Amino acid sequence: MAVIVDAETRLLVQGITGYQGAFHTGLMLEAGTKVVAGVTPGKGGAAVHGVPVFDTVDEAVRATGANACCIFVPARFARDAALEAVAARLDPVVIITEGMPVHDAIEVVAYARQQGVRVLGPNGPGVTTPGQCRVGIMPTHLFKPGPVGIISRSGTLTYEIVAALTRAGLGQSTAVGLGGDPVVGTSFVEALELFNADAGTEAIVLLGEIGGSAEEQAARYIEERVDKPVVAYIAGRTAPPGKRMGHAGAVISGTQGTADHKIQALEAAGARVATLPSGVAALVEARMR
Amino acid sequence: MKLHEYQAKEYFARYGLPVQKGVVIDRAEQIAGLALRYPVVIKAQVLVGGRGKAGGVRLASTPQEAGERARAILGMDIKGERVARVLVAEAADIEREYYFAFVTDRAAGRVAAIASGEGGVEIETVARTAPEKIVRAEVDPFLGFPAYQARVVGRRLGFAGAALEEFVRIATALYRLYWTEDADLAEINPLALVGGHLLCVDAKLVLDDNALYRHAETPPNEEMTELEAAARRAGLAYVELDGDIAVIGNGAGLVMSTLDLLAHFGGRAANFLDVGGGASAEAMQTALGIVQQKPGVRAVFINIFGGITRCDDVARGIVENPPKVPASIRLTGTNEAQGQQILKDAGIAAGLDPDEGARVAVELARRGARAREAR
Repeated sequence: MAVIVDAETRLLVQGITGYQGAFHTGLMLEAGTKVVAGVTPGKGGAAVHGVPVFDTVDEAVRATGANACCIFVPARFARDAALEAVAARLDPVVIITEGMPVHDAIEVVAYARQQGVRVLGPNGPGVTTPGQCRVGIMPTHLFKPGPVGIISRSGTLTYEIVAALTRAGLGQSTAVGLGGDPVVGTSFVEALELFNADAGTEAIVLLGEIGGSAEEQAARYIEERVDKPVVAYIAGRTAPPGKRMGHAGAVISGTQGTADHKIQALEAAGARVATLPSGVAALVEARMR
Repeated sequence: MKLHEYQAKEYFARYGLPVQKGVVIDRAEQIAGLALRYPVVIKAQVLVGGRGKAGGVRLASTPQEAGERARAILGMDIKGERVARVLVAEAADIEREYYFAFVTDRAAGRVAAIASGEGGVEIETVARTAPEKIVRAEVDPFLGFPAYQARVVGRRLGFAGAALEEFVRIATALYRLYWTEDADLAEINPLALVGGHLLCVDAKLVLDDNALYRHAETPPNEEMTELEAAARRAGLAYVELDGDIAVIGNGAGLVMSTLDLLAHFGGRAANFLDVGGGASAEAMQTALGIVQQKPGVRAVFINIFGGITRCDDVARGIVENPPKVPASIRLTGTNEAQGQQILKDAGIAAGLDPDEGARVAVELARRGARAREAR
């Protein structure tokens, strides 16, 4: 069992002929993902790692039956690519692109909601269901199939935790990267809802960071609805207020969005919060016993 | 990117929003030549908040007094920021103050209009003490902010008649500015009632860094230090902090957790540089150059988890430009064995565990501090 992507996912890659798109298409294929089509306007008729390339999503879907999309196009073209994928009802639409203007993301997310399509990102590492499907850039070799679901705003921090879980013998059901930008398509709450309903997930790891109030909302949801053990880590406890900490979303202003506030909310909701990333695996192990 | 008040007001004027007549100056002597009606208000142009409490906003009723005030404010230190310019504006006789802003609501993934009849104070304070006084309206990005929505908000603030129509014009113009210029925040506080008309007495504008490419005439970013600007030009994300350990990592979340690790073991980061995903040997070399330029750096902590980034590339970058101060290196992930070997061959020690790496970095910085005291 898994959430969002699995062995049935038929992936279309936008920007497949670009440096990152081509490279990661190769890795996604190696991970067992059914990458069935690529789209790059003007490059229709080409092939990348044997995957046929089309000029439009419309043609690609008709020819290949693609049902999900991963976007590697440069920031200034990401809005158009994402709107095209949503219009074709590809689901999920996973936006790896970094540096997308916030107003573009607002439009994409609003349109996706109207159309009932799930968006992950922008500025995320994608989503991986070990042994079945990798959409995006998470390193395949770190994972092993198992019962732990992971929800994260950040890429490398996810890898750090996944590697530690795997070392501890704790495999993963699915790892979901939400993206580090201020406006992203899927919230912690929506991802928690999916994992809570997933029969293959026994425990949930939530990797948050400073800025915004998504973790506080997650805490409320955990308290009210989640019956599986939740372990969390919040990055940026020592970040100074007002500074943009790499992720555009990670700015704390005033008392809002501080790590302490998020940690308190999560603990009050019954989640266990690790002080350091290295503490996560042990807490998961303890909670699953 | 945060703009100064005077810059924000230039945008406001361009979009037809009413602002006081004012001139920005950087020398007190310039006051004499200004064609302004007295009294005037002299306002420090800084990006930090709380300038009023710090004495950075003063009234003056004559040119001579204005000159004295300007001289006192220019060069003043407000929360670590030196005042380089003041805005001299005709003072307004304010009858009532309101708050109005458009802001990106991250949780909703939308733009929200926020208004309040309690202007002139921080909206966060109002939200804490009198949340019932805040009026919110959600914006559908495909509809924009239609006049009827502005009218609803205006009525709830208590506007009527001509003032209501004035509010509608201001609110819709502010939305036009907010959306067209890719703002994260466009705020009028206070929006003041002066002689029966509405006036934007203070203006705040924060622009989306990611959208700067499509706005040719954006003013230069003054929030960044010189090193921060240099890193930006090299395509690296660099932020200055105030400790003594330089930090290089890959990925924003990992870098933030690296700062937390250092703090956990009793150390403090001097800065951090995120080399991002797929960092090359050259990027690593540049990164090492930048973080060590900051004065007072006593140790470097390199924390790399290779995903797209390859440990051998990182190791080659380190060997090409070895740290000049004591360094703690944690290198794991993709091509870990090759990376570790490259460092070993160059006589540079590296580990695999992040906690141990941080502990060592803190110890190295302490030793550096002790050695300095001994001298």
